[in-house]
Amino acid sequence: MSGANRIAGQGRLTPARTARFTFDGKSYEALEGDTVASALLANGVHLVGRSFKYHRPRGIVSAGPEEPNALIDVARDAARRQPNVRATVQEVFDGMKVTSQNRWPSLTFDVGGLNNLMSPFFAAGFYYKTFMWPKAAWEKVYEPVIRRAAGLGTAPTEEDPDHYANRYATCDVLVVGAGVAGLSAALAAAATGARVILCDEQPEVGGALHYDRSVTVDGKEGFVWAQEAAAKLAAMENVTVLSRTTAFGYYNHNFVGLVERVTDHVARPDRKAPRERLWQVRAKRVILATGAIERHMVFGNNDRPGIMLASAARTYLNHFGVAVGKKVAIYTANDSAYEAAFDLKRAGVQIAAIIDSRSKPGDAVLNEARSHGIEVLPGHSVVDTKGHRRVSSITVVRNGGGGKRSIAVDALLTSAGWTPSVHLFSQSRGKVAYNAETGQFLPGTYAQDCLSVGACNGTNGLQATIEEALAAGELMARATGNDGGEKVELRGENAFEWTGGMAGAAEGAGADTNVKAFIDFQNDVCAKDIRLAVREGMHSIEHIKRFTTNGMATDQGKLSNLHGLAIAAETLGREIPKVGLTTFRAPYTPVTFGTIINHSRGDLFDPARKTPMHAWEEAHGALFEDVGNWKRAWYYPRAGETMQEAVDRECRTVRAVAGVFDASTLGKIEVVGPDAAEFLNLMYTNAWDTLKPGRCRYGIMLREDGFVYDDGVVGRIAEDRFHVTTTTGGAPRVMNHMEDYLQTEFPHLKVWLTSTTEQWAVIAVQGPKAREIIAPLVEGIDISNEAFPHMSVREGKICGVPTRLFRMSFTGEAGYEVNVPADYGQAVWEAIWARAETLGACAYGTETMHVLRAEKGYIIVGQDTDGTVTPFDAGLAWAVSKKKTDFVGIRGLKRPDLVKEGRKQLVGLRTKDPKLVLEEGAQIVADPNQPMPMKMLGHVTSAYWSENCGHSIAFALVEGGHSRTGQTLYVPMPDRTVAVEVTDMVFIDKEGARLNG
Amino acid sequence: MAEQALRKAPLGGFHGGSAAAHVTAAGPASRLSLRAGTDAVTALSKALGLDLPTKPKTSASSDARHALWLGPDEWLLIDENGADLAALAAKADVLHSAVDVSHRNTAVLVAGTKAAAAIASASPHDLSPSVFPVGACARTVLGKIEVVIFRTGEQDYRVECWRSFAPYAFGLLAEGAEDAGL
Amino acid sequence: MLLIYCPYCEEERSELEFRHGGDAHIARPTNIADITDEEFAEFFFLRDNPKGLIFERWRHIHGCGRFFNAARDTVSDKFYASYKAGEPKPDLSAVHPATEKTVETYEATEGTAK
Ligand SMILES: [Zn+2]
Repeated sequence: MSGANRIAGQGRLTPARTARFTFDGKSYEALEGDTVASALLANGVHLVGRSFKYHRPRGIVSAGPEEPNALIDVARDAARRQPNVRATVQEVFDGMKVTSQNRWPSLTFDVGGLNNLMSPFFAAGFYYKTFMWPKAAWEKVYEPVIRRAAGLGTAPTEEDPDHYANRYATCDVLVVGAGVAGLSAALAAAATGARVILCDEQPEVGGALHYDRSVTVDGKEGFVWAQEAAAKLAAMENVTVLSRTTAFGYYNHNFVGLVERVTDHVARPDRKAPRERLWQVRAKRVILATGAIERHMVFGNNDRPGIMLASAARTYLNHFGVAVGKKVAIYTANDSAYEAAFDLKRAGVQIAAIIDSRSKPGDAVLNEARSHGIEVLPGHSVVDTKGHRRVSSITVVRNGGGGKRSIAVDALLTSAGWTPSVHLFSQSRGKVAYNAETGQFLPGTYAQDCLSVGACNGTNGLQATIEEALAAGELMARATGNDGGEKVELRGENAFEWTGGMAGAAEGAGADTNVKAFIDFQNDVCAKDIRLAVREGMHSIEHIKRFTTNGMATDQGKLSNLHGLAIAAETLGREIPKVGLTTFRAPYTPVTFGTIINHSRGDLFDPARKTPMHAWEEAHGALFEDVGNWKRAWYYPRAGETMQEAVDRECRTVRAVAGVFDASTLGKIEVVGPDAAEFLNLMYTNAWDTLKPGRCRYGIMLREDGFVYDDGVVGRIAEDRFHVTTTTGGAPRVMNHMEDYLQTEFPHLKVWLTSTTEQWAVIAVQGPKAREIIAPLVEGIDISNEAFPHMSVREGKICGVPTRLFRMSFTGEAGYEVNVPADYGQAVWEAIWARAETLGACAYGTETMHVLRAEKGYIIVGQDTDGTVTPFDAGLAWAVSKKKTDFVGIRGLKRPDLVKEGRKQLVGLRTKDPKLVLEEGAQIVADPNQPMPMKMLGHVTSAYWSENCGHSIAFALVEGGHSRTGQTLYVPMPDRTVAVEVTDMVFIDKEGARLNG
Repeated sequence: MAEQALRKAPLGGFHGGSAAAHVTAAGPASRLSLRAGTDAVTALSKALGLDLPTKPKTSASSDARHALWLGPDEWLLIDENGADLAALAAKADVLHSAVDVSHRNTAVLVAGTKAAAAIASASPHDLSPSVFPVGACARTVLGKIEVVIFRTGEQDYRVECWRSFAPYAFGLLAEGAEDAGL
Repeated sequence: MLLIYCPYCEEERSELEFRHGGDAHIARPTNIADITDEEFAEFFFLRDNPKGLIFERWRHIHGCGRFFNAARDTVSDKFYASYKAGEPKPDLSAVHPATEKTVETYEATEGTAK
């Protein structure tokens, strides 16, 4: 038993293949291939949710992605739970748990339903008006209450255990939608040899052929032909057919986002398989065959469970074998709904009546209805319905008054006509055009290389659709240079041509009425809300949309937009195209965050860059800090040490003995060519032609506006070869900056740049015993003080491998930076460490490096500077050449604001209480007792406890700082005000003697 | 005299992926970033023993040595036998820049019927045979990093990246290979 | 995501391989140290931000590495030309008609259905 409403012999599912699921705790049987909606209907369940604002009982309206009402929570297990799933799309799998949403305590008795009684207070714009005053109540009362009441489902709290995949794809022709039109287009395109991707959101291709059983193609039942056509396409090497795949976004230059649902329909999924797969498709041409969506009729109480779209009822019957009622009426303004009556009648369902708001229905359907013995009421309308959890009767009147009667029904099918799905076309920035004859917005001006075919293009009739699609498929494929293959021909036949359609409120829900005639079911927007919005002064459809929230729910108004527009136009007394259609935006249907981020989670969220010595550092207890994507050894605590104790020890040891530090992350650029020195002259403030091979110099790089951009030591390896270093974080942008000038401003210079950041592992050995540590390991370089003074570079060998050995220091101690090819980094480090450990040296991390450099007054670009600091502000005037006539920033430095008095300048600070360490970022004032807001003079950029000095040290950017030496300033903190003295920036070894030791 | 330091590759022994797309770490190789103008191509080609390609996306190979066009004045040279490429280039008495990047780069090899799909899990580069035949090469992106993709066979690709990005590249390709193999 | 033709690689590539580089055809004055404040402001700070045709720099940073120039419509994002750095501005009067009448707001542009 897979439901009492399943009719034997109807539908395409296999009766023997069942699956069990629960809905609100009650177990039901379904058939494989059922959606949750079809399975619930098979079991006679129509009430599936409560509406958002009024908490009215709601049922299943559609059989597809346009569903506004039947949003459910689907769970596989505790962690795999997804709210707001459309029951009309979600396939049933064995063991799934489905829960209704937006109700408390239960679906059949819902306290929020009181909102329905209170609805006079919840008119359009209610939120904007009611919660304006008093201001304080917003935070304390209104917002918390609204937050609790608002929203549809509840978000899962557990981490998502599933994974998601991504695939970039390119093709000649992407066909979106695999109904008659899409399949025809794909067949024609594929026949030329073009690379074709065909995608469709449903599990099986066919589109409207799911319900339209009166169609034949090439003599076969439409749905059967569709499956065969898809199989034929899938077997072709140049074609990819993607089912359960929604094209959700159409972006620039034919870039289309697809989401493929891989395992959500499977009871026991392969855990290697992703839950969903994102396809990022770049197509040379796109064919949109997205069909049309049926609109509901807008009349009083048109939202009761059991009232649904006519085409949906046909889908449930013809595809799923489910009758949506036992006594069904049809309310329509167009011919297509008649076919629902015919199908149901043939299946043995009683048709109470066809109520047609038109006085003259199409002759063909009218005659057919009469031959079936179905009562047709032309020129009549349904004006009200009754029934609590399901519609029980409808009230019918003759248009213009009179003839009122009540008809008992258990389902009502409605159709106001068909809205072409121009969503993707509109997203592609194409302009839609209004066709007054059919009342449809259709593709007008194309913005990209795409074509719309079939119902989404307003094309009526099966053969016309097929021919249009075949021609488009071939045309688009040939436009991409594919000229093989034979012409594809197809012959389609269908029973009836459909005419008719309306938009806006039907009889009994017009301007003078106050009935709840819903246009947007999900956001509970009625026809009268649109009119109220217009009366309140909203004249643009964009304003009306936001005021009423029409079309702003998760279904984005797939059913409601045209109704809302028509009512607005009528109320404004303007024509529909004058009021305008709101813009369709991606995504077409909701996309999970998992799909959007796909592989970018866990270890693959971001690259974690590790140096060649990382494993050693980890093994020796280093803690790491993130610097950009790099993991840098921060400090090496010994057992029982706090961070401060470890850093104090490392700081003492480096100055007393020596320390070994991993400097591999520093950016490195090899500058090679006869004009290398001239190029560096232009890129740095310093002069480089005077630097001799074998020597190094500290350089400052500016932007053209005169502000410090980066700094680093540059070594001249040979006349035509420099080894440039940059800050760790600055490496890529410095490279880009240099390439920019080289390629576009100074292309005459014969010089090339190569990033060598990762070619070299860099081991800094710093401290009085640095030379003693490395001496036995170095070959071919005289490292005596005389032969290899401070700021020198030599090439030779260390531990038997090539090295570029720098004599340089970022600590103020005598020191070396050993560059070796990166794969040798760990071995050389270990050899150096073996020596260092014997001599009593330590390994130190970035925290100690920061303290030691600050003790010596060395700045860190990006910490002590912030993009508004000149070399003069930073006390680096000595590094700016006065002889050069050009370098990047030379003119910027002379700008009036950069030379005026009172600029913020870098100074040292000492706290009056030597033990107290300032907070980086703290503000500085001259008078702590001035009234607020106080005048801020600047802020602290670096602050540390200096174990070597025995007091705290700090740098700060302070207004006119260089002339304030000796002044007392104040740093107001929440708990106290700290007095500081302005000093110079060198706290240790002011004469620099240790560097040359 | 210190002990000779041993070389330690960033991706030693990594392997993964699926039957349809194997992902393995390439062995060590010497590499050179070569920059030169068009007038130097002939002399450098002679010195290096292969014709430096001058068409976009093309490469030239001779034995285990490959020259990959990366830009109009830029080639990546790879020698799987570890030849001293800079020394070879230095024999050409023409203006050029040769920078050893043997240790800067490492490579991941992706091989199998679904190798291209595995790479396409993270790279937007079109690997269709019509535009990316055997021998084609290009610098592009893989997820959040830059790579050079070199098609070495019908179902074989070499993905070069900087060493610290290698675990990330490997992880992405292995995950992509698993998905491609489903 | 844009598809951009690189004149050096001679094919279209994904925007992911490129970096935008601001307005094109703004030459750094050769006598930059001597120009006035106004001239410096004009050179460095002031840009037109046109609605419609713009000539701009791109770098194929994750491709061939070259800077080049492109002509793009800032409304439609359509590229009219890509050309190598140093080459003159192409004449686009034939392919790029003068921009239509000014529409005041974003929503007006996006929401107006003709
Ligand atoms: Zn390029």
